[in-house]
Amino acid sequence: MRVSRGERTANYVVLVAFAVFALWPVLTVLLAALGPDDAAGGSVGAGVLGLHPENFVTAWDQGRFGSYLRTSLFVSGTVVVVSVLFSLLSGYALGTMPFRGSTVLFYLFLVGIMMPSEAVLVPLYYDLRSLGLTDTIWALLLPQVAQSVAFGTFWMRAWFRSANRSVVEAARLDGASTWRILWQVLVPLARPAVVTLTVLTFMWTWNEFLVPLVMVVSESLRTAPLGLAFFQGQYTQGFTLLAAGACIVATPVVVLYLFLQRHFIAGMLEGAVRE
Amino acid sequence: MQISLYDWNGNTLATWVGLDNYVDVVSDPALRASFGHALVLIAFYALLPLLVGLVLTAILSRARVRGLGFFRTVVFLPQVVAMVVIAVAWRRMYAPDGSVNDLLSALGMGSLTRGWLGDYTAALPAVGLIGTWFEIGLVTVLLLAGTGKIPTELFEAARLDGAGPVREFVTVTLPALRGEIAVALTLTVIAALRTFDLVYVTTRGGPGTSTSVPSYEVYNRAFQQGRVGSAAAIAVVLTVIIFAISFGITRIAERDR
Repeated sequence: MRVSRGERTANYVVLVAFAVFALWPVLTVLLAALGPDDAAGGSVGAGVLGLHPENFVTAWDQGRFGSYLRTSLFVSGTVVVVSVLFSLLSGYALGTMPFRGSTVLFYLFLVGIMMPSEAVLVPLYYDLRSLGLTDTIWALLLPQVAQSVAFGTFWMRAWFRSANRSVVEAARLDGASTWRILWQVLVPLARPAVVTLTVLTFMWTWNEFLVPLVMVVSESLRTAPLGLAFFQGQYTQGFTLLAAGACIVATPVVVLYLFLQRHFIAGMLEGAVRE
Repeated sequence: MQISLYDWNGNTLATWVGLDNYVDVVSDPALRASFGHALVLIAFYALLPLLVGLVLTAILSRARVRGLGFFRTVVFLPQVVAMVVIAVAWRRMYAPDGSVNDLLSALGMGSLTRGWLGDYTAALPAVGLIGTWFEIGLVTVLLLAGTGKIPTELFEAARLDGAGPVREFVTVTLPALRGEIAVALTLTVIAALRTFDLVYVTTRGGPGTSTSVPSYEVYNRAFQQGRVGSAAAIAVVLTVIIFAISFGITRIAERDR
């Protein structure tokens, strides 16, 4: 379609303005993190090319982000592996095999997706406490696996339902078992859907704040976002190190996003019901 | 559910109070205010981004613009950054010597500068604006994806009929996007009602209780003040509202199809 030159220019101006608006806080943090340490009172050297990458090292040590990142990585990794596996199995069952109660079960999963975590958190906390699981790694893993499996089942069921029947029929005629059909025929075909599910689960688990805040007291079990919130509380003299910490916490997901943005965007728009 | 009917501090024996905790949700002015704040946040999280998203879509649907992919990547970026990080960034920008005040002074509106998050009247809109910033990307990308599905012939036809840009948008684009608008509203309204991390990190409900929201009250009462029963009641009410809203919006969208 053809539009006038003036309109075209105006379009670009508006787009650039919104892009800048979207990036403004990100750049604020990035520049602050690379600038001279405002709490050290100007006693620091010139840095590399006027930048101060050493802030990241200082923040890493002072904020103990090493420990937080390790917890986050372990929790996110475990939640992703376990919930993707469970989601594949339950999605396969709900998507390809009609059985009694399957509709009821599916609605149960839907409720699990729609139920906001704030609502279940209070009873969940006391349930886990009576089992002696609060302030252990299980209190971080179990609720998040449950949330992720609910969404994952919904997601994989949709994929399995839309999958090509004839491939499954052909494999069955060749004598493949139900189990083999899943792993050797369908899962390789489902790779894009599985990748999307993986990155979304990873992002949600990594960024989760409320569950770790409530469930965990020990410092060694704090996840990265939680660690950042505590760092902000303790470290009030300046912004530089806090900004560096913020960069450290955000980087893993942002890097993943830059490489797999198609999956992020598609997943969050299509599977949009969670969160 | 069950806990919400008791007066319980989480440790000692609970006492049965029936529906008192629910009566509190309605009658306690602080709680009523927190639900009111949630309503304000809905305007900032859902309505404002929807307006901006529609304007952007209107612009982008008229012409092929180069760099659209890059634009999409950039405006969607806020969605993947941890809310705590976003809150830390905006807290800095809203600080008395932060970049929001710098910008206002540069634009000659120096009289408006203030410590945004510490100001009783400005804090809630300030928090809401972070939500607007956060949701614009999601809404815009969602609407753009929807516009991509509209056949170009429709636009051509509208032009042949002599429709101007505004008419074209209202008669062609807007009706075609009804489903996307419903999804966008559902997502953003729920996000607004569930706001927790943002309030926790930026203001902790303050100054006073001027930015306290229901999910923050749930956390605060259950895990800080030891009023578990009351917290559970708020949580139940919040859940019912969220279910009702998502159900309602979906129903409206489906009926219109």
